[in-house]
Amino acid sequence: MSLHLPRIEDRPDLAGAFASALGPSLLATKDHVGEITFTVARDAIVEACRIARDQFGYQQLMEIAGADYPERADRFEVNYQLLSLTENHRIRLKLSTDEATAVPSVTSLWPVAGWLEREVFDLYGVAFAGNPDLRRILTDYGFEGHPLRKDFPQTGYVELRYSEAEKRVVYEPVRLPQDFRNFDFLMPWEGAEYRLPGDEKAEGETTAAPSPSPAPSGSTKVEATSPPPTPKVTGTTAQTGGGTPANAEETRNARKPAAAKAKTSGGKASGTREPKPGGKR
Amino acid sequence: MTKTLDVMVGSPEAGDLTPGDETVQNFTINFGPQHPAAHGVLRLIMELDGEIVERVDPHIGLLHRGTEKLIEYRTYAQALPYFDRLDYCSPMCMEHSYVLAIEKLLGLEVPLRAQYIRVLMAELTRIMNHMLNLGAHVMDVGAMTPNLWLFEVREDTMQLYEAVSGARMHANYFRVGGVHQDIPEKVLADMAAFLDKRLPLFEDAISLVADNRIFKQRNVDIGTVSKEDAIAWGFSGPMIRAAGVPWDLRRSQPYEVYDRMEFDIPVGTKGDCYDRFMVRVEEVRQSARIMRQCLKDMPNGAIGSADRKVFPPTRGEMKQSMEAMIHHFKLYTEGYHVPAGEVYVATESPKGEFGVYLVADGTNKPYRCKIRPTAFSHLQAMDFMMKGHMLADTTAVLSAIDVVFGECDR
Repeated sequence: MSLHLPRIEDRPDLAGAFASALGPSLLATKDHVGEITFTVARDAIVEACRIARDQFGYQQLMEIAGADYPERADRFEVNYQLLSLTENHRIRLKLSTDEATAVPSVTSLWPVAGWLEREVFDLYGVAFAGNPDLRRILTDYGFEGHPLRKDFPQTGYVELRYSEAEKRVVYEPVRLPQDFRNFDFLMPWEGAEYRLPGDEKAEGETTAAPSPSPAPSGSTKVEATSPPPTPKVTGTTAQTGGGTPANAEETRNARKPAAAKAKTSGGKASGTREPKPGGKR
Repeated sequence: MTKTLDVMVGSPEAGDLTPGDETVQNFTINFGPQHPAAHGVLRLIMELDGEIVERVDPHIGLLHRGTEKLIEYRTYAQALPYFDRLDYCSPMCMEHSYVLAIEKLLGLEVPLRAQYIRVLMAELTRIMNHMLNLGAHVMDVGAMTPNLWLFEVREDTMQLYEAVSGARMHANYFRVGGVHQDIPEKVLADMAAFLDKRLPLFEDAISLVADNRIFKQRNVDIGTVSKEDAIAWGFSGPMIRAAGVPWDLRRSQPYEVYDRMEFDIPVGTKGDCYDRFMVRVEEVRQSARIMRQCLKDMPNGAIGSADRKVFPPTRGEMKQSMEAMIHHFKLYTEGYHVPAGEVYVATESPKGEFGVYLVADGTNKPYRCKIRPTAFSHLQAMDFMMKGHMLADTTAVLSAIDVVFGECDR
């Protein structure tokens, strides 16, 4: 751990004590880079917060952060960042929910939760049962949709301008002068483990794991009866399995220099290759 | 109301007007969205009983630019300039939380000189922020001169900003692994000269208002917040310190080289607007003290991590080394990959606890970047802070919150 980061004392006995205090509604405990995350059951969040505040001294609710994972059944995560002023420590409580299920509100414990929950509701569409004032907060009056969901486009759906004709601000569908550009410089050979087309052939059928991790060490490898993999080369047509090109004439023609092409194209007039600009008749 | 009107126009059938004849209804007014004392685009719907405020409903989000959404579509390095534009009165402090969050996920070391530079610039930023806020606070309650003087000092801090980073406000100076460029000796000398020669102007300006009778009448016992309320409403920074809780992340959870610095944490006694003002005044002095220690103790050395997969090589190195060239190209196209995980890192920004909750998925872009603004919690408390106060106290309470909407609305 780098020394220049905010230094927070460990509470080594916290995880065990919190687990025993919370019982079965604690689903998971994770300690990553010195931050403890407790995943709790959705309906137990108020109780978990109360225990954290009253028994473990986490007096302040600093933040409620939503997050969207569309591939999960419960696609939304709600993260509560708690701070203890007396113990000088932070923990995070986490729960997950879907679009239809409301999360119990913690406004009864911390009045500050009112706006924090409004924000999660506004940006993600997570409802909070018991929040007395669950209105939109950051987006425009009359806004539709929940902008921080992963399936909400970055450009949005509507844009507004002042209309001189109507003497008011009008909303119109977004018109982009050029397509939205999202540069993806992510290199596929390190970092995230992508499955490139063709990877499955190199691995063999038995290990159909989504990530190209090394083959599992153990029984499956030994008892496999498949022939030993021969090195895949593409030196000759026999090795690739291909024959002679069907359009041999065409290929040869395409490889000719431009001057020669201009001479021949008039005579051939086969109609298969029109000059580009006049492509559409 | 008709009887009052009849009396006023002298109608013959109207009798004498006696107190209690008319029942005055509460009425609702709009404070903002365009108001010189709203510190940006804040719309307060205020329910008034005469001149007494019954209820305040702040409508925020008029400056919402979708920063968190934009960051999800950018690489880590590209997302950094958005942080300058959150709280545009203290840009480098915004960057600070973000780079620390990434460094925590990467497990990256930062050289000592870079840590000193960060602390130095963070404290300069604090002075810059407080110059604007204290001046605006004074002006909102009716005094003109101190604001003009404090703007002079603020302009000097911006000049130093420009000398260091090349930009007066949107610095984009902190980098993951260090800072963008080293600070020349001359600029460090300029900073020392600023502290010695220009800060007295700040003391002069404060001496005009700190003991001023009118200023005290407008601020003492206005918007009082108890310790318990401050904790329950998620206060941080000068707001919670004014309420009497000695809580400062620079001291309690020290980051960078704050644990080597000597400084005091001012604490209020009553939790009113005057306390918040005076806490900030003292913080400026303490910031100057920290800056002096930084200037005195700053070691020589590298200003960025030696990890070339994260921190770019110098321009001179690129002229000599092909590998440095490749690193530079990769860093400014693809960027660096941050290991999967989630962190919440908060620093003590001039306005309070500014936190970044970062979810990384192992790629070169953040999966989720939640920004914890300071003003969001403070502004929510407007309702109970204003209850029973006069309409004119709104500006004092609002200034004492020190709200900037770039950060609040994101």
